[in-house]
Amino acid sequence: MRYEAPRSVEEAVTALAGQTGAHVLAGGTDLLVKLRSEMIAPELIVDIKRIAGMREITAEEGGWRIGAAVSGAEMGEHEGLCADWPGVVEAAELIGSTQVQGRATIAGNLCNASPAADSVPAMVAASAVARIAGPEGTRDLAVIDVPQGPGKTALGPGEFITSIFLPPRGARSGDAYLRFIPRTEMDIAVVGCGISLSLDEAGRISGARVALGAVGPKVILVEAAAEALKHRALDAGALDDLATACARAATPIDDKRGTAEFRRHVAGVLARRVAVIAEARAKGDTA
Amino acid sequence: MSRIHVTTTINDDATEFLCEAEATLLDVLRDELGLTGTKEGCGTGDCGACSVTVDGRLVCSCLMLGAEAEGREIATIEGMAEGEDLHPLQKKFIEMAALQCGICTPGFLVAAKSLLERNPDPTEEDVRYWLAGNLCRCTGYDKIIRAVLETAADMRRAS
Repeated sequence: MRYEAPRSVEEAVTALAGQTGAHVLAGGTDLLVKLRSEMIAPELIVDIKRIAGMREITAEEGGWRIGAAVSGAEMGEHEGLCADWPGVVEAAELIGSTQVQGRATIAGNLCNASPAADSVPAMVAASAVARIAGPEGTRDLAVIDVPQGPGKTALGPGEFITSIFLPPRGARSGDAYLRFIPRTEMDIAVVGCGISLSLDEAGRISGARVALGAVGPKVILVEAAAEALKHRALDAGALDDLATACARAATPIDDKRGTAEFRRHVAGVLARRVAVIAEARAKGDTA
Repeated sequence: MSRIHVTTTINDDATEFLCEAEATLLDVLRDELGLTGTKEGCGTGDCGACSVTVDGRLVCSCLMLGAEAEGREIATIEGMAEGEDLHPLQKKFIEMAALQCGICTPGFLVAAKSLLERNPDPTEEDVRYWLAGNLCRCTGYDKIIRAVLETAADMRRAS
């Protein structure tokens, strides 16, 4: 195996495109585990952390561009990002331990393409967009379109994600993420739910994005839930309809972490709780 | 395959080493540099026995390649005491018997030091969450958590 740490996106693309099965190294918290367990045996590892901008969070057109090598810990220490997208940050910070937080990235969480990835439903709720560099140049792809199934992404040969863009937060809006795990820390989501809400001046919901993780082969954007909430106050009836839409949209499997029936139920329960937090944040609650 | 030449700083000492591309920072510390205070538990980032800091950030050295250390500042358990003078956390761990077999101890100490540098007055909950990635199969954690909290209190009084 060879290790390269290019200084530019172009050099990285050339290296990746020139070697079949080359792997990108950002935080490495998934990659090194796969290397050690011999799940993969690449000829080449391309470390992208020496490329300018990869470790930076920058303001852009009212939103935030998060370099592909920015760790969860760095996101959690960024005041502007935490103020605008607390749901995305709290999802990223749920991944692994303090030690893992020091290295793990949301771009890597996305590319690992686990159905249970915590940051992905939160990014989908936030309408996040991945910037992808490759041999044909640069393209932007909505985060929801990146994972194609367990372990599979829409990235082609020689392509890698250089950053994730979170759009402008907008007035009277907020997001949140919760997951269910059987303990309090250091576990993989049985169900995850990310919601971003915008309110009109009367406090009714003017826009909603509701995303579920770990209840299908890839993240699910629940359009029916968004429709159910539209132009309504987030009252008991709206929460019931939200929960029903989420339980219906979930397509989980039975496995050691939970039964399909339990997961469908929990999808609804989490959606209610997440919506209440997102609404409070939209109304200015900074807790 | 030619080995990779890496120039780095370990415990404030300029250090050079050669490593294979596959070698983790943990492999390099233990097998190339003889810094065997950093332990290998799981090798998959679950147990925290291999905790070190890189540019001040707590990480698992088993989840980082040695080659990535180029130009970084690494701190390991060997750099924690000042000569014969143990760090207050080390003294407190001994005083309060916050260890039994000792395999997890260097990782706990490095992680706890990193916490107290960021937060000199942590709650018990802060300590438990911060150290959730450090596993101990002997102590049941309670003595470790109490030792960290007491050290924090001592260090606040001393400063």
